[in-house]
Amino acid sequence: MTLLITVFAAVISTAVWYKGMPEDKLKTGILCWMYWGASLMWLVDAIVEYTELKAAYFTPAPADMLNDAFLGLSVVALGLVIWVVRLLITDPKGVIAGILTKDSSDRRTSCHQENI
Amino acid sequence: MACFLVPTAEAVAVKVIERVQNKKEKERELKIDAGAGETARTHVHAENTIPFSRKLRWLTRLLIGGAVLLAFEHIWHGEVVPWFPFLTAAATPGTTSVMLHEMATTGVGMAVLVTAVWAVMCKVSDRDVRRMVERREN
Repeated sequence: MTLLITVFAAVISTAVWYKGMPEDKLKTGILCWMYWGASLMWLVDAIVEYTELKAAYFTPAPADMLNDAFLGLSVVALGLVIWVVRLLITDPKGVIAGILTKDSSDRRTSCHQENI
Repeated sequence: MACFLVPTAEAVAVKVIERVQNKKEKERELKIDAGAGETARTHVHAENTIPFSRKLRWLTRLLIGGAVLLAFEHIWHGEVVPWFPFLTAAATPGTTSVMLHEMATTGVGMAVLVTAVWAVMCKVSDRDVRRMVERREN
């Protein structure tokens, strides 16, 4: 379940990245790397588990499936948090820088007007 | 148990190689810019392929990205803890040998698969770049 959710996240993020190219202003490339990397690694995990459990691998207990789904969604959320933090730090569109400079210039203008 | 440590170790090694390669490529570019004739022709040829340091960066990102999410999974399952020895499997010799076996099988398998996918990716992207350059020339 975790593998499945991560693969879906990888495919969706790749589609979003492809649509945003060549500018890639939202820097979605990091999501593709993370989700594809994790998907490949969990694929190996799944293959190893399959060799041990055989057909039973495809019929997990509902509680295990729910836990795995919860984990998968948490993994996707963690990836998104890493992406958004990196986006805000690198600020490729200069939005944060614009807000900060606007604030300081506004304050400077109001101080200047008060002095007048 | 600790299978994510193998791709992490590979990522660190690849990052070091990437840095060295990047430095070499920059030095080569400076030499080419200073020279002319044959070296200039080499420069044109070099532009038609993706620099190896850039390809290594792809591999680092794949490995690090995957390892971070896998580390989270291990924390989720209580296999990684914030106190010594950090890995619950490393607490007793019996579980340590199981952990090492898992690292040698699953961990190495992960690193090999990611590297193999990256190698295919490099081949395909090189072919795409070559095709694009040929199309532009015609």
